[in-house]
Amino acid sequence: MSGLGKVVRSGVRRRKVQTLVTGLAATMAVTASVLGGSLLVASNGPFDQAFSRQHGAHLTAQFDAGRTAAAQLSASGHAAGVTAASGPFRTATVNPHDGSDAELPAGMSLPPMTAVGRADPGGPVDDITLLQGTWASSPGQVVLSTTYDSPVKRVGATLRFPDLPGQPTLTVVGLARSVSQTADAWVTPSEIASLTAPGTTGGYQMLYRFATAGTAAQVTADRAAVTAATPTGALAGVQSWLNTKQGTDRNTALFVPFLIAFGLLGVLMSVLIVGNVVAGAVGTGTRRIGILKALGFTPAQVVRSYMGQALIPAAVGTAIGAVAGNALAIPVLSTTAQVYGTTTAGVAPWVDVAVIAGALGLVTLTAWAAALRAGRLRTVDALAVGRTPRTGRGQRAARLTARLPLPRPVSLGLAHPFARPARTAGMLAAIAFGAAAATFAIGMGSSLSWAQTAKNHDTADVAIHTFGPPPGPGQRGPSAVTPVTIDPSAVTTAITAQSGTLKYYGTANTDVTVAGVSGSTTVFTFTGDSSWAGYKVVSGRWFRRPGEAVVPSTFMTATAAHIGDTATLEDHGKAIRIRIVGEVFDPHTQTNEVLTDAATLTAAEPAPHPASYYIKVKAGTNLGAYINTLNTTLTPLGISAETDQVHGTSDVILALDALTAILTLMLVAVAGLGVLNTVVLETRERVREIGVAKALGMTPSQTVWMVLASVVIVGLIGGAIGLPAGLALHAVTVPAMGHSAGLNFPAAAINVYPASELIALGLGGLLIAVLGALMPAGWAARARTVTALRTE
Amino acid sequence: MMTTPVIELSGVSRRYEEGPAALDDVSLTVKGGESVAILGPSGSGKSTMLNLIAGLDRPSAGTVTVDGVRVDRLGESGSARYRRAKIGMIFQFFNLLDDLTVSDNVLLPAEMAGMARGEARRRVAELLDALGIARHARAYPGRLSGGERQRVAVARALMNRPPLLLADEPTGALDSASGQDVKALLNDLNADGQTIVMVTHDLTLAQACATRTVSIVDGRIAADIRTEATR
Ligand SMILES: Nc1ncnc2c1ncn2[C@@H]1O[C@H](COP(=O)(O)OP(=O)(O)O)[C@@H](O)[C@H]1O
Ligand SMILES: [Mg+2]
Repeated sequence: MSGLGKVVRSGVRRRKVQTLVTGLAATMAVTASVLGGSLLVASNGPFDQAFSRQHGAHLTAQFDAGRTAAAQLSASGHAAGVTAASGPFRTATVNPHDGSDAELPAGMSLPPMTAVGRADPGGPVDDITLLQGTWASSPGQVVLSTTYDSPVKRVGATLRFPDLPGQPTLTVVGLARSVSQTADAWVTPSEIASLTAPGTTGGYQMLYRFATAGTAAQVTADRAAVTAATPTGALAGVQSWLNTKQGTDRNTALFVPFLIAFGLLGVLMSVLIVGNVVAGAVGTGTRRIGILKALGFTPAQVVRSYMGQALIPAAVGTAIGAVAGNALAIPVLSTTAQVYGTTTAGVAPWVDVAVIAGALGLVTLTAWAAALRAGRLRTVDALAVGRTPRTGRGQRAARLTARLPLPRPVSLGLAHPFARPARTAGMLAAIAFGAAAATFAIGMGSSLSWAQTAKNHDTADVAIHTFGPPPGPGQRGPSAVTPVTIDPSAVTTAITAQSGTLKYYGTANTDVTVAGVSGSTTVFTFTGDSSWAGYKVVSGRWFRRPGEAVVPSTFMTATAAHIGDTATLEDHGKAIRIRIVGEVFDPHTQTNEVLTDAATLTAAEPAPHPASYYIKVKAGTNLGAYINTLNTTLTPLGISAETDQVHGTSDVILALDALTAILTLMLVAVAGLGVLNTVVLETRERVREIGVAKALGMTPSQTVWMVLASVVIVGLIGGAIGLPAGLALHAVTVPAMGHSAGLNFPAAAINVYPASELIALGLGGLLIAVLGALMPAGWAARARTVTALRTE
Repeated sequence: MMTTPVIELSGVSRRYEEGPAALDDVSLTVKGGESVAILGPSGSGKSTMLNLIAGLDRPSAGTVTVDGVRVDRLGESGSARYRRAKIGMIFQFFNLLDDLTVSDNVLLPAEMAGMARGEARRRVAELLDALGIARHARAYPGRLSGGERQRVAVARALMNRPPLLLADEPTGALDSASGQDVKALLNDLNADGQTIVMVTHDLTLAQACATRTVSIVDGRIAADIRTEATR
């Protein structure tokens, strides 16, 4: 056995290139897998755990209290498929004001809230976790949800309701988390009466759990069962747990399909490389194998010795990859932890264990399969290697390439890959993988930057903000904040009077609720021609008149609406119907939003004054001078114009870009090393041939050309295979990423490869091949001819 | 022509890291038209000397001049170009490329040197014809007998009309009939004026086709005898 160990160790030392390649392949595969695996776990873990702990509601149903009675709703708890139900709870949608008037800047208001009357946080469904304080047990008390977006979210704060009769006041007695996000606030059941506006009936909430609710289709079926079990028209809206989960998971959801794709590429690549390396070692080591066998090694021992030679570097590579994967995962996971309020920011240990075990297992298996040949090789044949005549394939290829009008060293090299088809196939696969990875990664980068552009929608030259400093990157205004009152006509007059103005629009936002949609929905209202605002319309078109609206995919999903459907917004107690005419790509917010003309809301509230104006100037206008002149008019109003600079890039996209770059570099590097390994084997085998050619006057540079030429054809074919494969992978992954994040990517986000890039990527295989062959070509050129000629 | 020195070795030594010098202070002049046999037991430094002349190796000390070229001073590319122009080489084990046909093997030095294709092909035909292997032009070396292979190697060595033909144990791997064949060939070439330096431990080869016999023992020249080949 110690003899075996010695053979393994000397093999590892002798074959430095193969050892390095195996190690790096393992490193790469493990890094990608740890990252992918841990994020996959993270993206499911926190929500699912909390959801099952709280017996989360698969369906949160909102009923019109005017069309159904509590007893009928209780009975719906026995509808088909329902395993548990809570409710009915009375609900009311209210517009709270800050009770102390101290914590909000003047002119700002709190977002509307859905209040639910619940005597008890517990129950068979939606077992709410009280984080601070106590549950509301007497009138005048309220418990706020952690998801309620407000600066007064603390125990002891008070909320006023000046719009309601008797102008009630509530004191915050507790803060609670409902994973199902069933309400913004909870009060005692009796409190709902005082929160219901006169003339409205208010609503009921029912919470259901079902036997099957894992997919959107199942939830739809469950919803149909509930609809059937309740009076017609009573069901005002539903909220699926899948949407809630998706909203919470948005950021990690973007990563998951992408990392799976890279993880898969990484794993396949390392299997391929390890197989290649071991098969190559066996192929060139036949003589050594013969000697080992002649010395009394059993076939099993020979196989084991070759597996050992692969396993040692693979184990080292796996260890490095595990460390790197964990290090890379931590920043990404900490983002996730913030979303869930959890503190664990490490990779789940079982992910590490599974990936390490999987990697070593796979390497063992691959190495075993590749080394089997060594075990089977007959000793006589092994010892006779070198005397056996070559196959005719190499000769035919050499005869063909010799006819090409190329320098002889080049045409000699071109014939090389045909002499060893299996080895060439291995190299071809490595190159194709590398080219596919590069194509995929570059496409991902472009698609993500498309998404970033869509998110920024910064097509304007000049912006005027009528409140405070401009909001953070990617946001056109802090949600739930209304601007300081400024006469909008004064601003628009100034803009239109200014020479150089091409077009402009104003935006404002206000929060409304939509039946069945959790939390509040932000309505962005536009004044003027907003068709050029830069939102990417995925389907349908931009709105043209009041009453029309465009919404992001998340809104469509949450309300189960399609283009052409109408939706009802509840604003200041009034119902406003909008017709959805288009779907916009807008990944920037986790709350829902509606984009519409400012006049749409006039039935419910005075048209909101634009918080910001965006201006496009005529071509050739000096922007600095334009802004200076405009500001002479605006400064007396207390506002100013500035260049529109919203070029922020989100952390998620930055992280994705960085990951893409790292993983691609690793894949391409490993592909290059795969080529290197093969070319090293090849030149070692051809050492005599190269020596002869040198003795006949082949110069070092001719030698380099010959070796490079030997990989050119394979590189070109590898690129030709890798390019479409990468394109296909990209075309599958981008929509999948969008899908899991609840976004629809339009064709423009997928067809992101300009022709020049396609050509360059098509030649990427050649580049990988040439880079991989460069070093061995140099070695071959420097190799001493005398030594080479001796080898016979 | 007979008086021009083609090879001049002057105080040439070649030492390896371990062991005694493979060549130790050797000086030797070979003139145009000579056919020199270098004789000596195995390990005496014969191949080392030949490699130094071919520019495949560099001396540790001393100078090597061939046809006016200071071979010991050439770089890798320079020595490759030098071999194309000045040297034809024959080896014990032929060193033909198995993937190439006989005529492609012979063509190789011309192609390395960038000779025009038509001219090169004519030269190949002429050589194969002269060496009596024209009918094997399209065959692969694996099919040929040892003697035929060595003829191909000789044709390849002569392809660029080198002033100097070097042969390392040209009959070492051949049976006696094939050996005779190669001996006759080398003899004919020398008779036509080709300068030849051959390394051998085969006395009959030296006697058959050398005009001069240099004996090496332990890296030093032990004897240098002019003979007249038994033509
Ligand atoms: N690359 C080398 N490294 C070390 N020793 C060498 C090397 N090449 C040749 N030698 C030694 O130099 C001596 C002469 O070798 P060589 O010229 O090949 O002898 P031969 O007369 O048999 O052709 C021998 O002792 C040999 O072992
Ligand atoms: Mg020798």
